Amino acid sequence: MRTPVTVFKKEVLDNFRDRRTLISALLMGPLFGPLLFAFVINLSIERSLSDVDKTLDLPVIGSENASNLMRYLQSRNIDVVAGPSDREAALDAVRTGTHDVVVIVPAEYGQQLADGIPARVELISDQANAQAGRKARRVRDALRGYSRQIAALRLSARGVSPSVMRPLNIDDVDLSTPSGRSAILLGMMSYFFIFALLMGGMYLAIDTTAGERERGSLEPLLALPVTRDQLILGKIAATCVFMALSLALSLGSFFFALKFIPLQQLGMTPNFGPDVLLATFLILSPFILLGAAVMTLVASFTKSYKEAQTWLSIVLLAPTLPILIVSILTLRPRLEFMFVPSLSQHLLLVDMVKNEPLNALHVGISVTSTLAIGAVLTWLCARLYRREGLLG
Amino acid sequence: MIRVSDIHKSFGDVRAVSGISFDAPDGKITGLLGPNGAGKSTTLRILYTVLKPDAGSATIDGADVVTHSLDARRRIGALPHGAGLYPHLTARENIAYYAALCGLSCDSIEERVDNIVELLDIGDFAERRTKGFSQGQRTKVAIARSLVHDPQNIILDEPSNGLDVMATRSLRELILKLKDAGRCVLFSSHVMQEIIALCDDIVIIAHGKVAIHDTADGIRNQTGCDDLEDAFVKAILEMEPA
Repeated sequence: MRTPVTVFKKEVLDNFRDRRTLISALLMGPLFGPLLFAFVINLSIERSLSDVDKTLDLPVIGSENASNLMRYLQSRNIDVVAGPSDREAALDAVRTGTHDVVVIVPAEYGQQLADGIPARVELISDQANAQAGRKARRVRDALRGYSRQIAALRLSARGVSPSVMRPLNIDDVDLSTPSGRSAILLGMMSYFFIFALLMGGMYLAIDTTAGERERGSLEPLLALPVTRDQLILGKIAATCVFMALSLALSLGSFFFALKFIPLQQLGMTPNFGPDVLLATFLILSPFILLGAAVMTLVASFTKSYKEAQTWLSIVLLAPTLPILIVSILTLRPRLEFMFVPSLSQHLLLVDMVKNEPLNALHVGISVTSTLAIGAVLTWLCARLYRREGLLG
Repeated sequence: MIRVSDIHKSFGDVRAVSGISFDAPDGKITGLLGPNGAGKSTTLRILYTVLKPDAGSATIDGADVVTHSLDARRRIGALPHGAGLYPHLTARENIAYYAALCGLSCDSIEERVDNIVELLDIGDFAERRTKGFSQGQRTKVAIARSLVHDPQNIILDEPSNGLDVMATRSLRELILKLKDAGRCVLFSSHVMQEIIALCDDIVIIAHGKVAIHDTADGIRNQTGCDDLEDAFVKAILEMEPA
């Protein structure tokens, strides 16, 4: 046991003195992830909020043809401004992006309305543009509202109750809780944590294998009276420690970042208190051994530091794959998913953030299977380390 | 005492070593001399157990390098070709790391490292991180750490590579000191003068085989050449595969 401990201590000391390792382990993952997350969410919150609250400037051609409609729009917080000169100019303006939405009220509008035939109003927009699409929807909703109002007035004038127009009264009952809604957005945070975790150990995994070989320090090390199994155990243990450190730091920084995100304004109250923080760490911790073993394994196959970096960047992305597939297919957590590392941790995390009780069996399977796969990979690493070809 | 008997080693189609045998006794300096690619490094790597021979065997103080490799390694201090240090550790930490790995007790490590630092005269830069060390400083530290467990057999692969005159000189003194202490020193070189100046026994290797194994005088007699360089060339040419 002494040899792995010696190797472990040396690798930790060595890498604490290496600026590159420190930056990737203690800065990149823990800071970059939450910062990016906070930035993206803040941006989307700002946009969705401003859309409702802000007055929308709507260029209208022929506003003089429909003064009542214009007043109605005004009441819906839509400011009517002078539009382009004619229809052609309006099409151009929307195409080039000068305007997002233009409404055209033709001259015959008043007459058609008076005659009781559907009066034509043109709404020009580029629906491929998300921003313009949102504005167009707002204008369309307002126009429909006006249309319904007129219809109701016409029916009342003929002595018919406007409610005949509404055979169905649709009542939306949304069962999602504020924490449940958070899960959609916070679902991506589980990947941030896995990313930070892997990032923390990446340079150690490279340094202890490909780096050591490139530096020429591997051969004298292997000529010492120690077994290679002991060496690789110490190295993987050191990688694990850096991964755990990086994970803990990124959890902490995420915890603080959430305080600065006005998630409540989006109707979300994520369940992310200190207890969840600790539980998240515990649920993700089996992944540390797996991550360290995978990275060490991949790095041992490579010929140089640079090659190892390239391959390990791919490893960084690998855990997203199952998460992505399940998110796209919107699958509910199932027992068999718990055998898949990264996916099981993701699903458990989402449940926790949604404030739903954790299934003990699911947790058990996730922990055991991830640990088992990690152990197998560690054993593979050790096998690989016994090869002659290791020296390259 | 290192005993090599008829070892073979191929890498794919390349036969690096094909039937090398020699003894390197205690209290003597044995030199492996040969052109680049002759199989010197492969032979030494088999001896310090990072490679396994395809056929034949080698023992270190009786311990077989394949079946009892851990025992064999315990009796060897090895300096591989182009050995690297850990740049973020100081010279002393580099040496202490090897001492700990060799199983020295925590109390004795400090003392042992002090001794070795003094022996190799590296006190001036022992507390500095090895990043930016000169080649000579690096080699000295690398030798120091390979000697830290006080091995009976010392294997040095081209130790004087890249060393200046002064550094080569102190390396030579060290090797002689080890010999006087009754150690078995085996080192490889392609520098004739170095081998002549130091070695009691010379093993000339060419094309993966032993061309001549004798003392410097013996080689001169065998080849009929007064000049060892001529003898070397002659021996090598005779080995040329038909």
